[in-house]
Amino acid sequence: MNAAAGRIALPIVVAAAGLVLPFLAPNYLVQFSTLWMMVVLALTWDLLGGQMGYNSFGNILFFGIGVYGTAVVQRDLGLTYFGGLGVGLAVSIVLAVAVAVVLGAGLLRLRGHYFAIATLGLGIAAGEIAGAWDYVGAGSGMLTPPFPGTVDGRNILLYYLFFGLAVLCFLSLRWLLAGRFGLAANAIRDDEDKAEAMGLRTARYKIVAWSVAALFLAVAGGLFGNQIGFVDPRDTAFAGATLGVWMVLMAILGGKGTIWGPVLGAAVFHFVQELTWIYLLGWQRVALGLFIVVVVVFFPEGILGWARLRWPAAFGHRVEEGEGT
Amino acid sequence: MSNLDVLLVAPQFALQLLIDGMLFGAIFALAAYGMALVWGVMNIINITQGEFVMLGGFVTVVLAKAGLPALLSIPVSAAFLFAVGWAIYRLAIYRIVDRDLFISLLATFGISIFLQQLMNQTFGADPESIETGLGTLVLLGGDITVAWIKLVSFAVTLATAVGLYLFLRHSRTGQAIRATAQNARAARIMGIDTDRVYAFSYALNAAICGVAGSLVAMTWVIQAFNGLAYTVRSFMIVIIAGLGNLPGVIAAALGLGTAETFVDFLIGSEYRLAFVFSLLVVILVVRGQLLARRRQVLK
Repeated sequence: MNAAAGRIALPIVVAAAGLVLPFLAPNYLVQFSTLWMMVVLALTWDLLGGQMGYNSFGNILFFGIGVYGTAVVQRDLGLTYFGGLGVGLAVSIVLAVAVAVVLGAGLLRLRGHYFAIATLGLGIAAGEIAGAWDYVGAGSGMLTPPFPGTVDGRNILLYYLFFGLAVLCFLSLRWLLAGRFGLAANAIRDDEDKAEAMGLRTARYKIVAWSVAALFLAVAGGLFGNQIGFVDPRDTAFAGATLGVWMVLMAILGGKGTIWGPVLGAAVFHFVQELTWIYLLGWQRVALGLFIVVVVVFFPEGILGWARLRWPAAFGHRVEEGEGT
Repeated sequence: MSNLDVLLVAPQFALQLLIDGMLFGAIFALAAYGMALVWGVMNIINITQGEFVMLGGFVTVVLAKAGLPALLSIPVSAAFLFAVGWAIYRLAIYRIVDRDLFISLLATFGISIFLQQLMNQTFGADPESIETGLGTLVLLGGDITVAWIKLVSFAVTLATAVGLYLFLRHSRTGQAIRATAQNARAARIMGIDTDRVYAFSYALNAAICGVAGSLVAMTWVIQAFNGLAYTVRSFMIVIIAGLGNLPGVIAAALGLGTAETFVDFLIGSEYRLAFVFSLLVVILVVRGQLLARRRQVLK
C-alpha cells in the first residue's frame, strides 16, 4: 500500500464510517459513543505519556472534574437542558484547565516514576474527596437532569457530540504534534535535561500539554455523565480502576508515541471488551489485570510499533510518528 | 472539627490516639521495608505491595475460620506469600528487571489489579477481621485502653524487623542480596546468581507483606480493595526515609500511623483515604521542590 495515499485515505474512511454508523447500527449507538470517548481518553493520555514521556496515572482527574462540573451546573443554575449542558461544559473546561495549570506547576517538575505515582495518588484522592463531600452528593452520587425528548434522540445527540469531540481532539493533536510543539514534546521525552540546556522552556510545554489533555477530558467527562445519567464518585467520575487504567492500556496497546496508535488501541480494546466482557461473568477485571501484564511485559511496543518493525517500508517516511527511543 | 474540643477538654484522649496510631503505623513499617528492599535490589517500585498485605490477611482469616490460633497463622502466611512472590517473579517480574521503570510500574500495577480482583472473586468484597480473644489492657484508671493484640503485633513487627536486619547483615544470602544491590554486574562476575537473588528478594518482600497482612487482619480489617492504600503508604515512608534506612522507615511509619489516626478522629474517617492519597501528592511535590532548590538531578 502506498503510505502517502493511505495517510490521506485513512482519516476520510474513519470519518465517513463515524458519520454513517448511527444509521447502520442504531442499536449499538451507546457502545459507539463510548468508543469515540475511549479514543479521546487514549489520545489525550498519549499526548503526555507517549509523546512527552510523562506517564500519568491520574488523567482521570480531569475527566471527573468534567463529570462533576457539568452535573453541578445543570443542577444548580436552573437553566434549560441544553443551556445547562453548554454552560456546564464551559465551566468544566475552565475548571479542569485551571487545575491542570496549578497542579502541573508542582507535579510536572517530578520526573519519571515519581510523576506517575504522584498522579496515581491524585486520581484516587479526588475520588475519595468526591465520595465524602456532601455538596456533590458524597458517596450516594448525583443524578444528571433528564433529557427533554426521546431516548433515541438523546443517544443520537450524544453520539455526534462524542464523535465530534474525538475528531476535534485528533485533528488538534495532529496539528500540535506536526509543528514545533511536537518536536519539543519528543525532545523532552528523549532527554529533558538536554532539551532544557538547549533553551527549551520545558515547564511551559509540559503545562500546555497537560492543559490540552485536561480540556478534552473535561468535555468527555461532562458528556459521559449525561450519557450514564448518574454520577458515582468512584465508578463514573474518578473511575481510576476502569477508565483511568484503560486509557493507559489502550495507548500502549495501539502503540504509544504515535497519533494513530491510541485510536487503533481504543478501537481494538473497546471491541474486544464489548464482545467478551459479558461472557466473563464477573471475572472481567481479573482478566483486565492479566491483560495489562501480558501487554506490558510481552508486547510493550504495541500494534503499530510491532507493525513498524515488521513492515518498515510502509512506515519509512512517517517521521512524525517518532522512532521511539 | 467539633472533636478538637474533645482533645482540649480531655488530653488523655490524645495520648490514646497517639498509642493507637503508633501501634498501627508499626505495621506499615514492615510493608515499607519490603518495598525498599525490592526497590534497592531490583530497581522496581512494586505496586503489588498492598495486595500482598491483603493476601496475607486473607490467609490468616481463612486459617482462623478453620480453627487455627491466629498467631500461628503468621508463619503460614509468610510461607504462602513467599511462594506467591517466587511464582510471580518467575512468571513475569524476571522479564522487567532491566527494563525502564515505567514498564515495571505498569506491570506490577497490572499484577495488583489481577490479585485484587482475584481476592474479590474468591473472598468477596466484605471487610474481614478476626478476633484473637487476648483481651484489653486498661491504663490510667480506664482512660486509656489498648488491645493486647496490638501490643503483640507491635512486638512481632519489631522481631521481624530485627530478624531481617540480622539476616541481610550476616547470612550468606543476605550478603549476596546486598552485593547485588550495590552493583549487579560486579556481583555476577563474583559468581553470584543474581537472577536467584532477585527471585529471593521479591519472594522475601512478599513474605514480609504476608506477616504485615496477618497483623492487619488481627488488629484492624482487611478488604480486597484496600491494597493500594498500603502500597501508597509504603511508598511515602520509603520516600521520606530513603532506601536501606531501617530506623528511618520505622520512624516515618509511626509518624504516618499517628497522623492518620488524628485525621480520622478530627476530620472524620470518611476522609482518611483522601488524606493518605493527598499526602502522597504533597510529599512528592515538596520533595521535588526541595531537590530543585538543591539543584540536583531528579532521577
